[in-house]
Amino acid sequence: MASITLPNPGMPVASRAVHATTEQSWVRWSLILVAVTFLGVFLFLPLAIVFSSALQKGFSVYVAALREPDAMAAIKLTLISAGISVPLNMIFGIAAAWAVGKFEFVGKSLLVTLIDLPFSVSPVVSGLIYVLIFGLQGLLGPWLAAHDVKIIFAVPGIVLATMFVTFPFVARELIPLVEAQGTEEEEAALTLGASGWQTFWRVTLPNIKWGLLYGVILCNARAMGEFGAVSVVSGHIRGRTNTMPLHIEILYNEYQFAPAFAVASLLALLALATLLAKTIVEWKARQQSSEVQRISGEAL
Amino acid sequence: MKLQLKQKSILPGFGLALGFTVLYLSLLVLIPLSATFLKASSLTWQQFWHIASSHRAVASYKLSFGASGMAATINLFFGLIVAWVLVRYNFPGKRLFDSLVDLPFALPTAVAGIALTTIYAPNGWIGRFLEPLGIHSAYSRLGVVIALTFTGLPFVVRTVQPVLEDLDKDMEEAAASLGANRWQTITRVLFPAVTPAALTGFSMAFARAVGEYGSVVFISGNMPMKTEITPLLIITKLEQYDYAGATAIAVVMLVSSFALLLTINLLQAWSGGRFKRSHASELPETAEFEAAS
Repeated sequence: MASITLPNPGMPVASRAVHATTEQSWVRWSLILVAVTFLGVFLFLPLAIVFSSALQKGFSVYVAALREPDAMAAIKLTLISAGISVPLNMIFGIAAAWAVGKFEFVGKSLLVTLIDLPFSVSPVVSGLIYVLIFGLQGLLGPWLAAHDVKIIFAVPGIVLATMFVTFPFVARELIPLVEAQGTEEEEAALTLGASGWQTFWRVTLPNIKWGLLYGVILCNARAMGEFGAVSVVSGHIRGRTNTMPLHIEILYNEYQFAPAFAVASLLALLALATLLAKTIVEWKARQQSSEVQRISGEAL
Repeated sequence: MKLQLKQKSILPGFGLALGFTVLYLSLLVLIPLSATFLKASSLTWQQFWHIASSHRAVASYKLSFGASGMAATINLFFGLIVAWVLVRYNFPGKRLFDSLVDLPFALPTAVAGIALTTIYAPNGWIGRFLEPLGIHSAYSRLGVVIALTFTGLPFVVRTVQPVLEDLDKDMEEAAASLGANRWQTITRVLFPAVTPAALTGFSMAFARAVGEYGSVVFISGNMPMKTEITPLLIITKLEQYDYAGATAIAVVMLVSSFALLLTINLLQAWSGGRFKRSHASELPETAEFEAAS
């Protein structure tokens, strides 16, 4: 049996109460030091090296690296593929959240697990599955070749692979939110004579807007930054099928470090903007929920 | 008895929403994934086993799973400390560090890859201090562990943080007033409460690391049998037009990631159940009195 030591009766009450639920200050400060050092080495240093390497040869080299035609083509392709995959996955996420969050049906938890599936598949395998279907040796390959449709080593393959890896982001953000909000407000709107779409636009959407925005931001960050899956299907044709991450890889492997980091710095800025947006959205969502609590508290 | 597949609801749009969800999911995810298994089934069992158990493939599994395990362990240890420090203590720059924890989710893996390689290269910011000590960090297995630690960093912090935030200080005060010293309170009250979430975070970091490609290829050096991770082996086989070989290795990866997904779901159910139980005991005191009387 564990021995129980009685608290020292001579100890002042106040300090004992503090010691009961926190640590001595040297323990506290060493834990803070360990945490800050760990985060500093693994998070601050990579960010710092991206920007310092991008600018090491001066600002003119930096700008030249971004204005070079292959870099411009890569930026354009990245914007195109994110511009297609993010809206489609957003519509999917809203539909999935409506079906899963508002209704009870058989097989619901299986559906939720299947929606999360792309997160657990290696990016390389995510690209490979499309090569096995649409590639020359793939299931549909001969038919596509006969009809002169190119998917693999072309833009459609890049868009498909990006859609696959960013598939769950919006849905996974919205499903728990919609579930938690229940169906009472929508039922009230319908009873008052609103149509289904009116209910969705005026009741449901305002309630989930911050969660939706957050999901879209994360989805977009991943869509623009995806490397493994896109690398398998792209074929690395300069100026044609290179996205920004692939362009960075080529420059880096050619020892063109400053231009590689210049393009990388754009993606790092995107990542920082994503984190900032996330912080703001979380703050807004908290504000909204505390406002709802305040109003319902006043109503009581 | 009539079999009821869906509970009645006055809300419209169930058919449309579910139909679209299932169609989109099937076209984009389920059919392509099953095509991989279809392609693999064109191999005989002997052929499949020959590829999947070749020396080079086994060496890559050992590296991928071993390095992922080490990285997830590092993240478990430091993740618990970071989560604790962020929830319980105040220090300058705390909000900034808190937001920055998600950086590995937001920073593209290729950018992380070249940044880490530059830092740990023999002439890099950290590499130059490790090299005289005989530690080769970039272009070695250690480099793989470093890259995977970066990718998995947010998982443990983000799963443990909400649990610590919800934890009542009352429990710790109760433990202390019953005579437990701080260490006993931490090991017997806090650890059991945090364990399910920490294990969930650990397995998420592990699962993510096993499939990771972008951040590793730059720093690992990619030597077959030594620093070649499994996803890279798939790419190598594809570049040699060895589709059967790539598919066989991909099937091994898919099966192991499904097993990991199952583990994570079970762990989440465990920690979710715990969470609900601990909240059920927090009924308002009046309710408890009424129940007792």
